[in-house]
Formats: sequence, structure tokens, C-alpha cells
Amino acid sequence: MIELIRTLTETYGPAGNETRIRQVLRDMVKGKVDELKVDALGNLIALRKGKGGRKVMLAAHMDEIGIVVNYVDEKGFLRFSALGGVFPHTLLGNRVEFENGVVGVIGVEKLESPDKVPTFDKLYIDVGAESREDCPVKVGDIGVFSRPLIAQGQRLIAKAFDDRIGCAVLVKLLEEIGDCEHDLYIVFTVQEELGLRGAVTSAYGIAPDVGIAVDVTRTGDTPEAPKMAVALGKGPAVKVKDARMISHPGVRQALIRAAEQNGIPYQLEVLEGGTTDAAAIQLTREGIPTGVISIPCRYIHTPSEMVDLRDVENAVRLLLAYLSSKELTE
Amino acid sequence: MNTFEVLKKLSEAPGVAGNESGVSQIVAEEFKKYVDELRTDALGNVIGLKKGTGPSSRRIMLAAHMDEIGLMVSEIEKGFIRFTTVGGIDDRILLGQEVIVHGLKPLPGIIASKPPHLLSPEERKKVTPKDQLFVDVGLPEEEVKALVRVGDFISFAAKCVRLQGDMASGKAFDDRASVAALVCCLEHLSQMKHRWDVYAVATSQEEMGLRGAVVSAYGIAPDLAIAIDVGFGDSLGLSDAETIKVGKGPAIAIGPNFHPALRETLVKIAQELEIPYQTEAIPGPSGTDAWAIQVSREGVPTALLSIPLRYMHTPVETLSLKDIERTGLLLAHFISRLEKFPPE
Amino acid sequence: MLLKELSEAIGVSGNEEKVRKIIEEYVKPHVDKVSVDSIGNLIAFKQGDGSYSLKVMLAAHMDEIGLMVTYINEKGYLHFRPVGGVDERILPGKRVLVGDKAIPGVIGLKPIHLLREEERSQVAPVESLVIDIGASDKSSAEKMVKVGDYATFDVAFQELGARRVKGKAFDDRAGCAVLAELVKERYPFDLYAVFTVQEEVGLRGAKVAAYAIEPDAAFSIEGTVADDLPKEKDVSPTARLGHGPAITIMDRTFVAFHPLVRLLVETAEAEGIPYQFKQPLVGGTDSGAIHLTKKGVPSATVAVPCRYIHSPASILSLDDFENTIRLMEAALKRLKPEHLRVE
Repeated sequence: MIELIRTLTETYGPAGNETRIRQVLRDMVKGKVDELKVDALGNLIALRKGKGGRKVMLAAHMDEIGIVVNYVDEKGFLRFSALGGVFPHTLLGNRVEFENGVVGVIGVEKLESPDKVPTFDKLYIDVGAESREDCPVKVGDIGVFSRPLIAQGQRLIAKAFDDRIGCAVLVKLLEEIGDCEHDLYIVFTVQEELGLRGAVTSAYGIAPDVGIAVDVTRTGDTPEAPKMAVALGKGPAVKVKDARMISHPGVRQALIRAAEQNGIPYQLEVLEGGTTDAAAIQLTREGIPTGVISIPCRYIHTPSEMVDLRDVENAVRLLLAYLSSKELTE
Repeated sequence: MNTFEVLKKLSEAPGVAGNESGVSQIVAEEFKKYVDELRTDALGNVIGLKKGTGPSSRRIMLAAHMDEIGLMVSEIEKGFIRFTTVGGIDDRILLGQEVIVHGLKPLPGIIASKPPHLLSPEERKKVTPKDQLFVDVGLPEEEVKALVRVGDFISFAAKCVRLQGDMASGKAFDDRASVAALVCCLEHLSQMKHRWDVYAVATSQEEMGLRGAVVSAYGIAPDLAIAIDVGFGDSLGLSDAETIKVGKGPAIAIGPNFHPALRETLVKIAQELEIPYQTEAIPGPSGTDAWAIQVSREGVPTALLSIPLRYMHTPVETLSLKDIERTGLLLAHFISRLEKFPPE
Repeated sequence: MLLKELSEAIGVSGNEEKVRKIIEEYVKPHVDKVSVDSIGNLIAFKQGDGSYSLKVMLAAHMDEIGLMVTYINEKGYLHFRPVGGVDERILPGKRVLVGDKAIPGVIGLKPIHLLREEERSQVAPVESLVIDIGASDKSSAEKMVKVGDYATFDVAFQELGARRVKGKAFDDRAGCAVLAELVKERYPFDLYAVFTVQEEVGLRGAKVAAYAIEPDAAFSIEGTVADDLPKEKDVSPTARLGHGPAITIMDRTFVAFHPLVRLLVETAEAEGIPYQFKQPLVGGTDSGAIHLTKKGVPSATVAVPCRYIHSPASILSLDDFENTIRLMEAALKRLKPEHLRVE
């Protein structure tokens, strides 16, 4: 499983340019599904047929946050904007990598004070170019954090666990699930970080009976962290509410029942900020009963996100247990 | 119908956005008296259909949201309950408020904080932020743990009371006053003829971002829609330029969110029947279900009636019962006259 | 000149009728059918030459930012609020036209002599401003205007020389004028030229039009920000006046469909038309709503660079304007089904 997660987190795939990660995922699920297609926005949709049960959409987003080059100056330095929720304090002294393999260092014009985080307009990227003409990066190119995965005991550290860890859970699910009652539409969505865009169109196209998003959530278990009753290693979280949605009570209950009947540890999640593809899926057409399984994750949207492998494995078990039931809502 | 009695039942029922089952039962009971069909959709919208006489089966959707703002359990600490907010809660009103925690069974509680005696003079002048507040249900830690879980909803416990004249006060008048107006409209319609099919919808999750309206409008695919919500009534600290007057009838909104011919028809009928009405100019997003419904599918001509309301988003929202009745009456007459739209 | 007529027409979001009439009259002889939907979009349909069975939607928005009268006070002054993203800095001391009868008014303010020191450097909040139409009291004001009336800036279209023109509402009457020329041609697919409403208050017209049309591809034509003023630093000008149509890679509302961006670039290079890329992640257009319609629509945006948009008077280059027409016309003629496939 770690190798699967390594491949997924280390692959380039920012929001709006998911070609490469889509190819990797396509290769991973090929042969395990009955149909495989890509829609107009670039969502990868895999169908594994069931035995006449419900239509279930399982979504994990394959895009990651990054930065977009908006200007190359005369001397070959790059100015950039945040693509999704990237914050300046995670960038200083950091490296980004472009699709063509070029690596850039983030610099700051001048540090006004070590206590103050500079704003984006004071930052630039240095790829070592000597002029605009010889710069190997152009306006519109997207860089992502450049970090390898590290496994330390049960704890994993990498960029882009948000939401490649969700992708890993769904790939693993396809490997392990045997016969299933339900039609499973496994969707690796695009552009979640830009406003759940891939989920909007893929959910419309599929028109599922039930939707489940698999994504990461924050934890409250680090020193002086803002209060939150979710901790690393205590099991996947079943979402009750986030900033944009309240999970369908019936789906939430069914997930809890699946966990309790199968002795799978789980936590309940009430997230103050942020949301997932589920918020978009829920509002599709006439409304879709939708829930979320969250992988607890520290330091989300930084180059060093941290998850616990046991939570990941238990998320797979939880999904398997949930989908083995005929009734998907209570 | 006794407007106050219906409003009281609706107001006192719990129904925080995302968990409307308490109030939706009351709505269903009231709608049932007048409609031909009744259903609840995947997001919890209660949809009543009162069939028209035809000949064509054109549909008008009336939308008033039944969800209310409230709280949710975020963590349990030594038997005290920490919470997050659902919808736009004014931190100033929280301290000392009575609530009901919807655990395994409903538990009465109060919102508490450090007593004033232990506060510094500066702290006394500051609003206590919600992360320093907690709900105390008065039970030992083990019992709280057994009865309450993270994610349980918490609603305000406020009585609905009559004030002087035709004024009333209570919680969740935003927007159950409009649900009461819907019931009032349905009652009038049961004595009137109407050609169009009427879909009376008590929407869910408006306070979470118009979520119930989005899906119910899609499901109904109406030819016309009128949302009913509350508007800022004249009250302390607000200028005439930014308010409508309580007791002077519903406001008929004007702005990009509203279909001009639909609005004008409503105005004409109000004038003809001498139903007092006001004008409310809304230059952009109305923040009401009308905003979502107007752009459902291929677009829906939409209007908005606002019932003037004081102290919005507090447990002591205050309004005039007559304004509710006038709103119901105007809606009923509009519907009974409805033939072609747009009128030629 | 259509651009002049469109620029001077009054059509704030939610009240686009006058603009719609001008365009309807102009495009009618060139298309197969025109219709107006429930929210007010004008949809001009032109059948293709039969080469491909594709539906292509072009969108330009008719609405402009402006003001709305929200209250008339006892003295006959009009309180107002902005409609769309009005820059509050530019309001004081402007002439406006109010309501369907275009009643002239001014946005008055306290004279500088009477300002406190700290007031001089602060932008007057919109709540503190009123429109003065010269009425002596509320009742005489109410004879001329009513609550809910829209107001726009009173600005004449003008040629400045050097192929540059000045006027209001180039965002997006420039796009409307481009679209009105494009419909004169016949293309290898069915064309739906949509003159949308309410873009400035949330891309609302485009959303419902795209739902109804269900296009296979879409292009929005815009008037976009040219921020090519002198700057202290060597940073992006967003777009430059006189450097050709600006092609969007991504903005706040959508990521342009890569094969369509390539089509635009290849067309410009083959035809010798100057072009530029707009600064990524700035602004938003109708494409933001269109591309999320139903199962998703491959979409792109091309814009005429305009200085000082969202202010009473913007400036554009007629060369850019004409090159936008040339680029779009040539690109549409080259458009093939393979440009709509995800790579």
C-alpha cells in the first residue's frame, strides 16, 4: 500500500492540469473495472458493475494545490499566484516543480521582519534563468510542491495527501472488493481545489442514488491546535458537517453502523472550515443523499502533510463494510 | 386558521439547518389539510402539491425555508459541551441562552462561560467568543458522554409570545413566518379556483447556502416561482433607507433577481385589493431562496415577498401577524388569477 | 458604429432591455432565429453548413455595472447601492443618468473646504453618498424616479485618435459588438450567439442559457483588464492595450479547455494575428458558469483589452477590437470535433 501511496503523492497533477496523475490512476484501475471514461472536464470515471443494486458514486479528487506563473520578468524571475489554498508561510525557502521537471526556489524581495509573513506580491520563483528569453517556464505553467514521501512507522509524510490518499483508498477498494450488490462509479475528480468543479459535472452525468466523497480532514491533536475532536490514528472520520454541507443523516448512520458492526474504529467529524466534493454531489439534480469518509491529516495544504497508515487501511475496510450492505441509507 | 397558533407551533419546533425533521412534521401536518400530494426529498424539503384545474399543467413554486440557525456539538470536555455554529449566529446573543441539545434524547441546557466576577474590566466589555463558551446540560460527565455525541444538533429553546397589538415574538420567524404565510395562502386557495398547479415548498438548509431550494427547484421545474422570506424591519439603530416597516405589509422586491412582469403583476393585485405593500430594492444577490431558484435549469421567472422582521437571527425575532396574513392573501389572489405568463 | 451605440446604451444588470433591442435589430438579418429567454438572454441561432453536428455557444454579456436607487429621502436625494463590482473610489463627483427616462443627476459630496483632515484621505463609503437630481423634496423626486430604478454613468463615446476610443461599459459591450460581427459568417457547426444578462452579479444569464442550449463547446468574448500603466516593479500588466486579443489560460472561475486554447494560438500564428495571454487567475467570465453546465462544456475566453474597466470611462484599441473579430472568426472556421477531446 505504501508504494501505491508513494506513486500517487509524488506524481505531478495540479488543479487544471491533471493529465499525468490521470494517466497513473487509469493504469492502476484498468482491468479492475467494466468501463473507464474521461468527461469534458477531465474527470476519470470508472464503473464497476454490481448486481442490480443502487448507483453509488465514490469520489476522491486527483488534483493538488500549486502555484501558477503569471509573469516572467526581464531577468527571468517568475511572479506567481496561488492555485487553490496555498499560503505564503508554507512557501518561503521551499521548492516547486513544474511539469517539465524544472525546479524553482521561492524567494522574497526583502524580508521586512522575521515575524511577518510576506504577501504573494513580494514573492518570486527563481529557476536559475538568466533572462526572460532563456527561462524554461512560461506564463500559465503550474508548479507543485517538490517533496518525496517518507514512511516513519505508521505515520506517512508527503505532499498532496489531499487528496491522493483518498485516491489510494479508492484504488485499494477496487483491488479488494469482490462481488458487490451495487454499481460503483469510482470518480477521480479534477479541480476540487478550485471549487469542487469536477464533482459538479461528474455527479450530474452519473446521477447516482448515493454519493460518498473520500477526502482528508483536519485534526485537533497537535499542540494548542484549534479545538477539534479528530485525532490521527483513531480511525477514519465520518463527517457530520463542514463549512458548506451537512451530511445526509441516513448515509452517516449507515456508515456508523458499518463501522460498529465490523469493529472498525471511527471518529465523528465537525469541521469548521473547508469542504469536499460531497458538497457539490449533494446538490446535483434533485438532491443526492451524500456522506463523507475523511482521513485525518495534519498540516493540510503544506508540503509536509501527515497521515496514519492505519486510518487509511481502516477507511478501506469501512468502505468495504458499508458497500456490502443492501441498504446504503438508514 | 389562527395565525398566531400556527406560527407558534412552527416557531417552537426544533429544526436547525440539516436536521429539520422536528419542524418538518409540523409543516407536513399543516400542509396536509390543503394539498393533494405531499413528499419529502433527499435534502429534507417538504413539498406539497395542490393541483390546479388546468387545462395546462403549469407549475408555480412557493418557497419559504423552514430551517433555522443553531449550534452543533463539536467536542465534549469534562461533561461540558463545546459547539460550533450552523448558519449566521451573532456571538453577542449566545451567553445565557437556553438551548436543547438533541442527543439520544432532548436535553435542556444553557450557554455558559466564566462568571462576570472573575472577568477583568476589559473582558467584561468584550463579546465572549464562541470558543470560550460551552453548553451545560447539568448532568454528570458519564451521563453526558452516554447521551451526547460530536455532531449532535443544538437548537435554541425560546417561547413564542404575543406582544401588544398584533405583534408576536419568538425564534426562527426567519423564515417560519413565511411558512405560516404559505399555510395561510393554501387555506385561502382551498376556497378559490386556480388553474395552475401550486407547489408549496418548505425548504431546508437555506441557512447553509440555499441548498434546499437548489434541489427542490430542480425537481419541480416550475414555470414561475415566488420565494417568501423575512426582511429587515425598522428597528433600533437602523435608518429608514435600509429597512422596511413592520406592520405595513409585505415588501415586493425589485432588482436583478426578480422578473419585472411578475413583480408588476404582484404590485397591481396588491393595489387592486388594497393590500398594503412596500418596495424593497435589492441590487444584487438577495441571499434568499429566490436567488437559487431564478437560475434553476433553463431559468425561472422569480419574485420575492419579504415579511418585515425585527432582531433577525436572535431568539426574539419580532413581527406583525397581519403582515403574515397579508402575504398569504396576496399570494392566494395572485395564484387564483394566474393564466398566461408572461401576461400579454 | 455599433460599438458607440452599445457603449452609450443604458443596461445595468437586471435591466438590459435597451441593449438587447439594439443588438436584436443588428443581428436579426444575419441569423436564422432570435429568441429571448425568461431571464432576458438574447439568443441568436445560425445553422451551420452541415460539416459537423456540433453546437457551439458564443457568449458576451450585455449588462454593465451601475447603481440602484434604494431609498428617496425627505429632501429628495436618492440613496443608492452599487450593482456589480463598482469601485467605490470613483463615485464622488460623477454625472449619472437615472431610470428609464435617463433623468440626469450628480453624485454630490461635501466640499473639500469643510472636510476634516482624516476625511480627505478616506474613500467616502457608498452609504454616505446620494444622487442629487435637483428635486426640491421627496414628492417631486418621486415624480421623476422611483425606488428600484437603475442609474449609470453619463459618459459619451469618443474617438481619441491613434485608433483608440473612450467610453463606458466596454466590459462587455466590446464583446457584444464582436459577437454581432461574428454572426454574419456561416460556420461548419450550429452557432448559438448568446448575449447574456446579469454577468456582473454572478454569471447568471450564461448559466441558464447554457443549460437550455447544451453546447458541445463555448467561447466567451469579454472586455478585460489592461493594467499597462507605469509601475514601480517589473510585474504583470494583466493585458496590454494594442497587443492583440487576450486569451485566458485560467481565471478565478474556470480553467480554459487546453485544446481550444491551442486552437486559438495556432490560428493567431497561422493568420498573423497578434495575441497575448491574460494574467492567470484574474477576473471571471461567463465561461465560469458555462463550463460547469450539465456534464461539462469545453470552454475558452478571448478578450479585448480595456483600460479602466468598472469605471465610468475605459479606453480600448480598435486594432485589438478588430483583431479579436478576426481571430475568433478564423478559429471558429478551423474548429473540428477533435478540438473537443480531452487529451
